[in-house]
Amino acid sequence: MSPAGGSSRLDLHIKHKSYRVASGARLHVLGEISFSLGNGEVAAVVGPSGCGKTTLLRIIMGLDQDFDGSVVLPAHGRLGIVFQEPRLLPWRTVEENVRLAAPQAGEATLSALFATLGLSAHRRHYPGELSLGLARRVSLARAFAFEPELLALDEPFVSLDAALVERLRAELIELVTHRPTTTLLVTHSLDEAVGLADRIFLLSPSPARVIAEIPIERPRSPRSAAELAVIREKLRAAAANG
Amino acid sequence: MNLALRLGSVAFLLAVWLAGSQLVGPQLLPSPQTVAVAIVHEARSGALAFNLGVTLLRVAAAFTIAMVFGTVIGLAMGRISVIDRLADPWLVILLNLPALVIIVLAYVWAGLTEVAALVAVALNKLPITIVTVREGARALDPSLDEMASVFRMSAWTRLRHVTMPQLAPYLAAAIRSGLSLVWKIVLIVELLGRPNGVGFEIGVAFQLFDVTRILAYALSFVIVMLAIETFLVQPFERHVSRWRIKPA
Repeated sequence: MSPAGGSSRLDLHIKHKSYRVASGARLHVLGEISFSLGNGEVAAVVGPSGCGKTTLLRIIMGLDQDFDGSVVLPAHGRLGIVFQEPRLLPWRTVEENVRLAAPQAGEATLSALFATLGLSAHRRHYPGELSLGLARRVSLARAFAFEPELLALDEPFVSLDAALVERLRAELIELVTHRPTTTLLVTHSLDEAVGLADRIFLLSPSPARVIAEIPIERPRSPRSAAELAVIREKLRAAAANG
Repeated sequence: MNLALRLGSVAFLLAVWLAGSQLVGPQLLPSPQTVAVAIVHEARSGALAFNLGVTLLRVAAAFTIAMVFGTVIGLAMGRISVIDRLADPWLVILLNLPALVIIVLAYVWAGLTEVAALVAVALNKLPITIVTVREGARALDPSLDEMASVFRMSAWTRLRHVTMPQLAPYLAAAIRSGLSLVWKIVLIVELLGRPNGVGFEIGVAFQLFDVTRILAYALSFVIVMLAIETFLVQPFERHVSRWRIKPA
């Protein structure tokens, strides 16, 4: 699928990224990774655990600048991120956590957001009083309230039970549909990627490089088991060839 | 139950005091009643309130100076390694300089003035605040810093909502140890070079070998500090730790 709306939201060209580990040796974590995301597009980066997905995300977010290549972001560069751990301020309430990140957000926006994510009853709670699933939702609410031009999600559903993942995914789809947001989902789960994305980039094991780019027809719509099996088979084949 | 335990403990202390006074005689250790009468006498004349007030003002001023500068310097040293390396030898020197040396030098260099007295006390407390806050700054969570920078929080928001709450336990420790240290040193400063305050009164009482008066002033001030701990420090701690889940 070509970038919708013409203007691209993210141009990524990574040539090489390595770390110096404690022993002094250099660890090669990322190889050649290049792609662009169009306005409102939802892309998923899928790769095996430990292949360098989080490193890739940190580079895009500007948290790691020590790499060969370039990242071009939209002019204002407002990036919202849902970290793997929720990273909430434990000493501020749910509502304060969201408001501190998004002081511009009005009451109506916040109420709608909290309602969608099932957080209305928890606005005055502290993060320590929440389950991991709820804390993830607060992190999601914070990222959306920030009204980012690019939203990045780092394994947002990891270590949650299946029913909860299903619900959160539905909520995420509702948010992305309601307010089209260019989104980059990083995950190790093919099912998550197939359920959410317009396009999937498949990464190789470390040092990660893109081994396949797979467009998803009718993204985020209900699929039959047979349909899912076909997509999954396609991805497996791509992974095997890479 | 809690209160009963506390009162019981205080009653036991008074009993030991009374027994001790019977044992060594009222000249060396006057009885609790004698000291209480002396406190009332000093309070009636207005001298007690005046001297307590003067000492308390000095404690407040020196404590504030030490906490503000200590927090700023400690935060800078904990976060920026160049500053840490530059300032560390100074810190070690200041940390190991005896209180008496600082006080005497301050009086010699700046005269027997209020400023010299306050600076001397603040300099005694400063290095301990710096060390405590520096430990706190080193323990700041980098993942929250990244979160704050991704969401473009202003410097003020970061300080108030991200950094300071993480430092709160360290600041509480610095406040606790600081208050008790500062008032002890204020008394020495007053003894050596001020014409009023609890320290001055105790100095006079020492020259007259008036143990009753020494105990009257010391106890009065301990009560004032206890009140500050109970009504200011503890509520502050409860406020900054309100988000922690209370043990059942």
